[in-house]
Amino acid sequence: MSYLGTVLLVAGKDLRTEIRSREQVVSLFVFALLILVVFNFAFDFTIVDFGSLGPGVLWVAFIFSGVLALNHSFRIEREQDRIEGILVAPIDRSAFYLGKVAATMMFMSAVEAVLVPLAAILFNQPLTTRLGALLLVLLLNTLGFAAVGTLFAAVTTQTRRSEVLLPLLLFPAAVPIALAAVRTTSHVLAGRPFQVYANWVWLSGGYDLVFLAAAVLLFDFALQE
Amino acid sequence: MRPMWSRVLQITTLLAVPASLYMVFVVAPIEEKMGVIQKIFYFHVPSAFMAFLGVGLCAVMSVLYLVTRQRRWDLVAHAAAELGVVFCTIVLITGPIWARPVWGVWWTGEVRLTSTLVLWLIYVGYLLLRQNAENREQAARWAAITGIVGALDMPIIYKSVEWWRGLHPVVLKMSGGGGLDPVMGRAFAACVVTFTLLFLCLLVERVRLGRLEDEVESLEQQAARRPLTAATDAGGGSSR
Amino acid sequence: MTFAASATPGATPLLTARRLQKRFGASPALDDVDLDLAPGERVLLLGPNGAGKSTLLRTAAGLIRPSAGSLLLFGEDPWRGDRIAIRRRLGLLSHQTFLYDHLTAAENLVFYGRLYGLGTTTAGARRSLDEVGLADRADDPVRTFSRGMQQRAAIARALLHAPDLLLLDEPFSGLDAAGRDTLRRLLRDRFAGARAFLMATHDLESALPLASRVIVLDAGRVTIDRPSAGLDAARLEALIGRHAGAAGAGVAP
Repeated sequence: MSYLGTVLLVAGKDLRTEIRSREQVVSLFVFALLILVVFNFAFDFTIVDFGSLGPGVLWVAFIFSGVLALNHSFRIEREQDRIEGILVAPIDRSAFYLGKVAATMMFMSAVEAVLVPLAAILFNQPLTTRLGALLLVLLLNTLGFAAVGTLFAAVTTQTRRSEVLLPLLLFPAAVPIALAAVRTTSHVLAGRPFQVYANWVWLSGGYDLVFLAAAVLLFDFALQE
Repeated sequence: MRPMWSRVLQITTLLAVPASLYMVFVVAPIEEKMGVIQKIFYFHVPSAFMAFLGVGLCAVMSVLYLVTRQRRWDLVAHAAAELGVVFCTIVLITGPIWARPVWGVWWTGEVRLTSTLVLWLIYVGYLLLRQNAENREQAARWAAITGIVGALDMPIIYKSVEWWRGLHPVVLKMSGGGGLDPVMGRAFAACVVTFTLLFLCLLVERVRLGRLEDEVESLEQQAARRPLTAATDAGGGSSR
Repeated sequence: MTFAASATPGATPLLTARRLQKRFGASPALDDVDLDLAPGERVLLLGPNGAGKSTLLRTAAGLIRPSAGSLLLFGEDPWRGDRIAIRRRLGLLSHQTFLYDHLTAAENLVFYGRLYGLGTTTAGARRSLDEVGLADRADDPVRTFSRGMQQRAAIARALLHAPDLLLLDEPFSGLDAAGRDTLRRLLRDRFAGARAFLMATHDLESALPLASRVIVLDAGRVTIDRPSAGLDAARLEALIGRHAGAAGAGVAP
């Protein structure tokens, strides 16, 4: 099986399993929605400008449900040592890593696709017309988060306190992507031209490249014994 | 038992510390605008350098470990990370101590301090992860991954936090001021040297401690496997 | 260190271990293991719990990296050579099934078949499931299977790519009578020629008739390594008991 084929095979397997079991979908959406609702109570958005706090709230919701997705993604493989079936297979383990990143991205993107319009409704905001830019920003930053998150999740899900350790390691490491995500989302929603946030986009892109490359090299070490 | 160079390092450090303290508190003049509290700068900035040194050393050692799988690289990586956390803590404590009397606030949200806090969190995570591994080898492997990711992340974190605060001019700068008085400069250089010596000294001790811990673990497990002399009875007494 | 009597002279051993060591922490799980496995051998790996059987199998499978010594698979070092080519010829059947609960049996086999580069189709998956008596359940999710059926599906998965060397870790545990017969039949049929298997098991009754050689591990060391000819379960138990203290008692069984 070719490298790309393996990546797609692994991602497809995760997608199919999720469609069948629907274990994750509900909890991811509900959790993210819950965060939005809590913030709706916590801040009075008639006084506070949504533009300044809104993107932060959105990305808090995405990041926390992203952690759930990452934990779940590897929990399936940990159960009954299924991951050993993958590890003895004649594939490049980094292809497995990329497949997992792709799957996590799919789930997070699904949550984002629902939550952004939902937030617009909940907080009475006009939906942006710069859909293309918004899409780019969401994808680029979700990819960075998924790239580092998948590497750490592969390690932390082997411990007993994975629920604590994954956020502990991931959140500080993902600070650049979180900052980039919030800033760029804020600019896009405000309808500002690309030049205003261009350097943040380059930062996200650079982050993605660096950590995808690093993870591809390091992933094997995360799963050996 | 202790090699010569280690003794020399210890003695040099032992001499350097009081010498630097003398330079800082007696020789260096008191800065006009901020007063005595400015002298924290002589401890704050070198500590930051040492934190970066710890992080960088940890990353290099981590790579070496993953490539060679030799325990000694992991021992140094672990020690370097621990020292990095210690010096990071010093930075995070001296920063607010300086800021309070000068600007009336504990936490300035200043760029470098915020980034240092994030760095601190990453390496505290590194240490916690090691504790949660099942055995030494797993701890070493996982820590190596984290150490490399942390070091790669560091410049990106600093850049992103800088941009985040970026639009407004950075009013609250922590450095010792624009031009440095040459006497202050010498005192500062002395401090940097002393802190480096201190770092190396502590590193050597920590690695030595790590080796001893390994030996103890080894001996403990050997002892556990050896049967008590009274209980050994080879004449068909054991059954499985 | 004894070599199996049934080895074909001159053939590249499928597995060669020299002074193999694995330590988790300070004490060794595998301690100076020397082993040669030639094509056509059918080897049982026996010993008390904690003896290192699983560790040896999983090291052979490439899941565990040796602390010291060497392990060659098909003449190559799996940690330096072409791991992918090596893994294509290797199979692992554990007491865990490696199957995805929410996918059907057929989907599981298609997934693994394609993972192994076989281009397995659903029809091919059904054929493999037929061989283990699960043809009528091919389109049911694995989580609806009984333990014995799941294990049979796992057998189909492990044999899908016709491995030259099959590693089995307690394959008979949890297997019903039909499953035991199926596994015995498949092992007898598929591993008569140049292929080999290495099986860790406690079920001597099922496994001994299939074997050509018996290896006993105790506290990470090989204590017995001999052809299985002339051995029955009782004699074997006695042999193991006699050697039990030799490698160093004190390890909890």
